[in-house]
Amino acid sequence: MNEAASSFEGLSLDCRGMKCPRPIIEVARRIGEVSVGSLLELLADDPAAGPDLAAWCRMRGQTLIASDAPRFIVRRES
Amino acid sequence: MDTSSGEPMLQEARQAWLDAQQAEWGDPMRLHRPGRLAAQALDQARDVVAAAVGARPDEVIFTASGVHASHAAAAGLALGRRRVGPRIVTTAIDHSSVLAAAAASGAHDAVQVDHEGHVDLDAWAAAVGTAGTAAACIQVANHEVGTVQPYAEAAEICRRTDVPLVLDATAALGRIDLSNANGWSVLTGWAGAFGGPASVGILVIKKNVRWRPPYLTDDYQGGRWPGVPDVPAIYAAAVALDCWTQSGRTVGERQHDLVDQLRAGIVQRVPDVDVAGDPVRRVPHLLTFSALYVDGETLTLELDKAGFAVASGSACSASSEHPSHVLAAMGALTHGNVRIGLTQATTSAEIDQFLAALPPIVAGIRATVGA
Repeated sequence: MNEAASSFEGLSLDCRGMKCPRPIIEVARRIGEVSVGSLLELLADDPAAGPDLAAWCRMRGQTLIASDAPRFIVRRES
Repeated sequence: MDTSSGEPMLQEARQAWLDAQQAEWGDPMRLHRPGRLAAQALDQARDVVAAAVGARPDEVIFTASGVHASHAAAAGLALGRRRVGPRIVTTAIDHSSVLAAAAASGAHDAVQVDHEGHVDLDAWAAAVGTAGTAAACIQVANHEVGTVQPYAEAAEICRRTDVPLVLDATAALGRIDLSNANGWSVLTGWAGAFGGPASVGILVIKKNVRWRPPYLTDDYQGGRWPGVPDVPAIYAAAVALDCWTQSGRTVGERQHDLVDQLRAGIVQRVPDVDVAGDPVRRVPHLLTFSALYVDGETLTLELDKAGFAVASGSACSASSEHPSHVLAAMGALTHGNVRIGLTQATTSAEIDQFLAALPPIVAGIRATVGA
């Protein structure tokens, strides 16, 4: 995972090339590293990443701020 | 527990098929005795289908598969109404054959659905009312998640705007009473979905509809589907459908309860599971759920090892690179997906066995991926 690949200020997970559910597992593992109210960026090119990240946010009470494959931004709510 | 690609053939249908093969029926267009017997059997089959969907027997056509019926329905209306325009409206969760036929028309509008899979009727009305719309397509019930669409309301919207409606009854035929379903122009189905031969598709075209065959035809079936019909297979399909009409309500109620048992058991025993579809207004035999952090292929193979054959809409376990368009459109989780279709033979004890086997399998997979 290359966390320097993006200009995003904050935690960015580069999961390009990974198959689902791996990108979602990574988000779940690392979301605790950002503070509540802050943003996490996910880069993922698996076609399931968009729908699955949206579903994960719904199930986990987080907010999907932006979904424009391969770039997604989640705000930690809890 | 996998009826996604068809219910195993019902015993009665299998017997009817064998008997019909031995009856030495001929070409139903011929005047000799074998031909007349075949024509009679074909008429009986049309009667059964017509009664099941509230149509006239001469409006019933048998195609070579459900996919052929879907393609013919949409493309035939687009051709018949080409002066109106090419647009075909579907929902976002129609069967891939319907979406492909709509896309081939050159102008496809896929109307969004809610989290349980119900079409947004306001968006439907707006799409159907857009100028240049040749036809609209909707399912009675979705083939993956089982949700019943508000098809009567959707049909009424089409009637008001004078747009012909294709009603895809594939997942519903035999399981939901359609004898009084009105408002559709073309209805499609597939015998394989209700325990008939997989080689029989059903296409019912109402008399006053501007439908033209989008392929070359001949004298068979009123010039609406070419080639000598496979009468023994069609006859067996009608026997299967008739079985459902006779006993379907009992089987359906039992299956509905079994899926309730499954649904409650899964939510109770497996953490982080997303169960898709309408829990109440659905076909009796289908259930789809997804387990977070689990990949569908591993889950399917582990369940197979434990003796449970299930389908999956996850990208890695399907033939396609993409996850189920149905789950994605509903905002449901697409990885770790399991699609269950009960057969007439599924028992409550089998459901209990599945519910006992599932939690340790999911937990085991999660442990190996560090989730």
